[in-house]
Amino acid sequence: MEAIGLPGGALVNYIFPNNAHVTWSIMIVIYPYITGLVAGAFVLSSMYHVFGVKEFKPIANFALVAAFSFGLFAAMPLLVHLGQPQRAYQIYTTPHTTSAMSIFGYVYSSYLVLLMIEIWVIYRKVFIEKANETVGNMAIFWKILCLGITTYNPESAHFDKKLAKFLAGIGIPWACLLHGYVGFVFGSVKAVAWWATALQPFIFLSSAIVSGIAMMFLMYSFIMWRRGQGYDYALIKKFIITLWMAFILDYALEVLEIAFVGYEQGAHWAVIKPLLMGPLYNSYVLGQMGILSLGPLLVLGIASLLDIKDKALLYLGNLGSLMLVFQVLVMRFNVVVGGQLISKSERGFVDYEFEFFAKEGLLTAGIIMVAPFVTYYIISRFIPIFEGKSMDTEPKRASM
Amino acid sequence: MENSKMPDSRREFLVRLLEGTATATVLMVFGPGVMAHGPETGGTERADDADHKYAYIIDVGKCIGCGNCVRACKRENSVPTDYFRTWVERYVVREEGVYVDSPKGAIEGFEQLNKRFRDNIKLSRTVPKMCNHCHNPPCVQVCPVGATFKSPEGFVLVDRDYCMACGYCVQACPYAARFINPVEHKSDKCTWCYHRVKKGLLPACVTVCPQKARLFGDLNDIDSEVSKLFEADQWMVLKPEMHTDPTCFYIGLPREVV
Repeated sequence: MEAIGLPGGALVNYIFPNNAHVTWSIMIVIYPYITGLVAGAFVLSSMYHVFGVKEFKPIANFALVAAFSFGLFAAMPLLVHLGQPQRAYQIYTTPHTTSAMSIFGYVYSSYLVLLMIEIWVIYRKVFIEKANETVGNMAIFWKILCLGITTYNPESAHFDKKLAKFLAGIGIPWACLLHGYVGFVFGSVKAVAWWATALQPFIFLSSAIVSGIAMMFLMYSFIMWRRGQGYDYALIKKFIITLWMAFILDYALEVLEIAFVGYEQGAHWAVIKPLLMGPLYNSYVLGQMGILSLGPLLVLGIASLLDIKDKALLYLGNLGSLMLVFQVLVMRFNVVVGGQLISKSERGFVDYEFEFFAKEGLLTAGIIMVAPFVTYYIISRFIPIFEGKSMDTEPKRASM
Repeated sequence: MENSKMPDSRREFLVRLLEGTATATVLMVFGPGVMAHGPETGGTERADDADHKYAYIIDVGKCIGCGNCVRACKRENSVPTDYFRTWVERYVVREEGVYVDSPKGAIEGFEQLNKRFRDNIKLSRTVPKMCNHCHNPPCVQVCPVGATFKSPEGFVLVDRDYCMACGYCVQACPYAARFINPVEHKSDKCTWCYHRVKKGLLPACVTVCPQKARLFGDLNDIDSEVSKLFEADQWMVLKPEMHTDPTCFYIGLPREVV
């Protein structure tokens, strides 16, 4: 590498011998990404369940089931990453409480249980109906899901509604804790200049909410298209405005962080500036902070502020959401891998190359990323997630 | 059938289940299991209480960059290729900046400096590096399961039967002294040759240094060479701004060394 753009007055790119390998790679990029989708989807579902935002009613249960589907796979990249995955249980049995990572097991599992109970409470009525309607093995399956209780009365409905609201209520701080916590795991590492900022938990959390809402928008519009059921444009408008506002907050935090470090001109900036001007220029400056941020700000801003209706609104929403799911993915990459590109020698940058077939390669990452969607699809075959009948089950669809 | 009201026995069962789960969780997090496999971060006070308080001193002015120490370490500890428990860096300070290299950790020493950097040298030094066995080790702090710990005598060690190789310690170490062993898939680092020291021997790197640039000893022994050098108070540590409080001390460390 040329000496130009190297930190610490280095005449040649020098990295510590043990820094030649990026220890946390793609698995640790998609781990906070999936966790973020869980947190974001949950917050969206709580808009109706807790805050009673009526426009979000049609997607409240959908977002919850999607959050659960993502949640099931949030820890999978970590397991794949571990050199000794069979020892993962130790984080439950002997958590070393001085470590920011140590209570992740508890935070993650308890959140997943909370999600599971909330879905169970919301769908208890459905389970009971199915248990009463079906016969044979499936009846046993549904009866187990109802815990043997096969009657449902207004009193149970009232109790379930109250419990669901309570769970969604405590679920919001829990979701924030889950993802803010992931940010803390990175932000508290003083040895990595690009990670060490107190803003990291907030940036992780706000970007989580953005990615969750954007992913829900894409899934919603895809599912509605497949079902041929017609779009709820009032919902779409609300969706877009919420996403736009969430992203303004997220982007403000991201800009604030870099502006602060840059203006401060401290020790960290000495290595961060050449990092951003060098190895991360494309993915951070042009990608994350440029096209993938300014694009959605503009597109969603237009869709939110102008009197745009129907299909145009849908297309703008999809475009903005698509850019944002990538913005957050690229942001996770820039943080996780980008931080490790600065050698601790402070006089050089590590070369990083994507692997495809490796244990922690892109193929594994792709499989893990697809798994929540498959899970969602399977769940949706058993329980009604959207109101109204899907048109794609009809023998002849008008649109096909 | 009235299902909205739970029978007392079922309610009682659920309450007990909840109580049991909460108790088990508290016991697991704060109970005896946590202490079962190694000391806590602790650090200074434990080290002070111990019979020995080991320290490592590197006299930069004496190092000739021969790479004996790197080879000895590789042999003694079966360190995998391309990974290093210790390595040596060459610093060449010139008017326009600093040239640093460490080809293969200097396992074969250093070749003659490239012609481009050979003239107008202000300072040239070879600097051995390794785990600093910090008093306040970030690697110990961040290990989520307590597999990395500090022994009462001052060694920062990894319990290989417990490490799950998450890599958090690798990230937290400001000195890049740690790596995930690609053969064993566990966290790896310099142990100051704990297995040798416990038998009354010196670390392998210390024994082979022809210049006595590497010294290891007990600060509790006032007659030891390290005690005298430590008392002379002319030492420095790497990255003091990290506040890790290393017990690996450098004499004659140029300010360009990171």
